[in-house]
Amino acid sequence: MKPKENSCSSVPIMDAAAIGRALRRIAHEIIERNPHLEGVVLAGIPSRGVEIASRIASFIRQTAKTDVDTGVIDVAMHRDDVGTRRELPVVHASKLPVPLEDRTVVIVDDVLYTGRTVRAAMDAINSFGRPARIQLAVLVDRGHRELPIRPDYVGKNLPTATREQIHVRLEETDNEPDAVWLKRE
Amino acid sequence: MTTQLAHWTRKDLLSLRELSADEIKFVLETTDAFKQVGTREIKKVPALRGKTLVNFFVEPSTRTRTSFELAAFRLSADVINISATTSSLTKGETLKDTARNLEALQADIIVLRHSSAGAPQFLASRLKASMINAGDGAHEHPTQGLLDLYTIRERKGKIGGLHVVIIGDILFSRVARSNIFGLLKLGARVTLVGPSTLVPREFEKLGVEVSHKIDNVLPNADVVNLLRIQHERQRREYFPGLGEYIRLFGLTKQRAKLLKSDCLIMHPGPINRGVEIDSEVADGLQSVILEQVTNGLAVRMAVLYLCGGIAP
Repeated sequence: MKPKENSCSSVPIMDAAAIGRALRRIAHEIIERNPHLEGVVLAGIPSRGVEIASRIASFIRQTAKTDVDTGVIDVAMHRDDVGTRRELPVVHASKLPVPLEDRTVVIVDDVLYTGRTVRAAMDAINSFGRPARIQLAVLVDRGHRELPIRPDYVGKNLPTATREQIHVRLEETDNEPDAVWLKRE
Repeated sequence: MTTQLAHWTRKDLLSLRELSADEIKFVLETTDAFKQVGTREIKKVPALRGKTLVNFFVEPSTRTRTSFELAAFRLSADVINISATTSSLTKGETLKDTARNLEALQADIIVLRHSSAGAPQFLASRLKASMINAGDGAHEHPTQGLLDLYTIRERKGKIGGLHVVIIGDILFSRVARSNIFGLLKLGARVTLVGPSTLVPREFEKLGVEVSHKIDNVLPNADVVNLLRIQHERQRREYFPGLGEYIRLFGLTKQRAKLLKSDCLIMHPGPINRGVEIDSEVADGLQSVILEQVTNGLAVRMAVLYLCGGIAP
């Protein structure tokens, strides 16, 4: 497995098989923790979170023979740093099944870092209604939380330094083989 | 038609002429996200919390002002409205001084409607605040152009390759100009129709077709956009009378039969029922006039979010 860019050092953390195993395990944990699976909504944060949510949903389908709802939760317009950036990212349309009452929304993202994105996602979900509970699933937890937020399902715990970066690449969203890289300047 | 643009970088929206096709697509895609907000239980997001928006309408307007005001509310901005009659412009203060006073009040976004073409441009280059053109003279009305593009794209799934016919008072219409620039950039074919006094051949230089015979054009239109006959702007006689206008260019019930069954009928409002469009046609199945109003709100949320969300 050769890193694409050579200007800074890249360490492979997960390959396609490891990502597959991690997401399959998360699917099992979601089944265990949620006896009422029909009530679960997997809400991905664009764009990789949406792809990861759809993969977890298909693992749940294989294992529990149950179709769980998936959704998209865009956080750009709920972030707390609008007005402080010179460039605004693309916002995507959110999509969640309503009503959300009595449902368990699982927020799905690729990397958990400061927790600010998750805070924004929870705000966004609340504007759709009041779910019974909200859970959090991430492929990689790299630490450095700035808010009191803790994931319920973690693919890989990876202690990092703040100057390091985690790059997740997925076939569907990046046109590259599935992989997680740790990059150092 | 997906944008290739990664980021929005403009603090002002002054015209569609200055935007690239990718920038226009970027706004339309952002609008999708804000239109979705309108379907939520709580139709309000915190994006512009703490920002102050000034609706500065030197020329009267209800629908555009209200649309901007509601858009700002839904983005959690604070809004103040100033109209020509309540401002000190009537006491002789210059536009620049009024605007500098607004800035001294720490306005972050100024939405300006003005009777002089270029007024928003003039202020944008002198103020730190974001400047949104809500119509300047007969120059441009960019958010109206964007909401028309959005409505066409939503209904037809594309804009490139469509034949859009704009009918009526083109000469005095900032709506027509914004539509022309936007439609051409996104690859539509545009035909302007109206009396030669209001639709001079000069417009062909922009890359559009000009026709003075409506019945020849209607059968191959994918979209017709009817413009209001602006009585208030026409100091001289540009056509003999309303009766003759209706006979030659009005979209009557009879004439509407010439349209393809899936042709969209659009109008920026306010409509003059029985003049440029018959009541039954305006309320008919092909009419998307009220969808334009709904989309206008989402487009303005997108524009305020993009221009107002950039770091000053």
